[in-house]
Amino acid sequence: MLLTDLAVDPADFEARTGWALKPEGACKAEVCVPLPPAARTATGQLDVSVVAQRLGMPIARDAGHGLWALGPETSVSGRVLTTAQAPDLELPAADGTPFRLSNLRGQKVMLVAWASW
Amino acid sequence: MWQELRTRFHPQGLEVVTVALDVDPDAARPFIEAAKPEHPSLIDQAHVVDELFGIVNVPNGVWIDEQGTIVRPAEPAFPGANPVIDALREVDVSKLPPETAEMLVEARKIKADPEGYLDMLVDWVEHGTASRHALTPDEVIRRSQPRSTNEALAAAQFELGQHLHRSGDHDAAIPHWREAHRLFPDNWTYKRQAWEFEDPMRQGRTDAYDSSWFDDIKRLGAENYYPPIVP
Repeated sequence: MLLTDLAVDPADFEARTGWALKPEGACKAEVCVPLPPAARTATGQLDVSVVAQRLGMPIARDAGHGLWALGPETSVSGRVLTTAQAPDLELPAADGTPFRLSNLRGQKVMLVAWASW
Repeated sequence: MWQELRTRFHPQGLEVVTVALDVDPDAARPFIEAAKPEHPSLIDQAHVVDELFGIVNVPNGVWIDEQGTIVRPAEPAFPGANPVIDALREVDVSKLPPETAEMLVEARKIKADPEGYLDMLVDWVEHGTASRHALTPDEVIRRSQPRSTNEALAAAQFELGQHLHRSGDHDAAIPHWREAHRLFPDNWTYKRQAWEFEDPMRQGRTDAYDSSWFDDIKRLGAENYYPPIVP
């Protein structure tokens, strides 16, 4: 997740990482990780440095461009998938139409990754 | 190939969703337009599906059931055929420059199991959760790619690189992509995407990277390029 600031809107954080802020902590499907009170700033933003530490998300920095990128969680299952529930992938189709994976509930889906290169 | 699959299985309740891992969307678009897909055909410029689903090479498939639960994590997906390798077998290497011929001979050793994969897919489409190829949630998590700090940091470095490239600063992307390669050498999509910008089609040696397609595949052994499918 690209960041220009280490305080982020919880909804943006959830949309990109799949981790939702709930009273019990950061939750992805059935998995919840408790968070310390410092995870939330006074204005209700999420302090990424605190959450990143709890979830084992490394942060890469490009100081010259004033950017950070937050990597995915490592400390829950030690695998790419923390839960078998599919992430709600949101990407544009080739013609620009927005797509959400959850709109295909009720059908089997074979997701295929390919590339031109 | 994906549209054929969609035509065959859509009447039985399977939708195909293709995702092009292409930082440059114009590179993917001609292939999509030529295929005239009836299924969603997405473009993933930031390679977010690498991170979300554990894609490390293409083509890879992920199976998701009617409830939105993954029943098979990312694995090589050649349903019925491997058109690229089939095409390579047709080429007469004796007429090629030696370096290209050597590369082709190596590439022909790439192994896949198109028939086995298609059989599994047919079984899942027919039997759903009762199919022995539909894995339990615990097994799905266990079989998904391992992720330590290195792999997670590689995803972050790749994302910084693609952002800088797309902002018009390609040179600034290279150190981040080099770092992604160093941290996660088994991720071919991070490498091949980056090599392609320096040496389109051949992905050969350049000053930008210490690695190249031919060097890396020879080191690994082309027969190990795709892991075997565990039914």
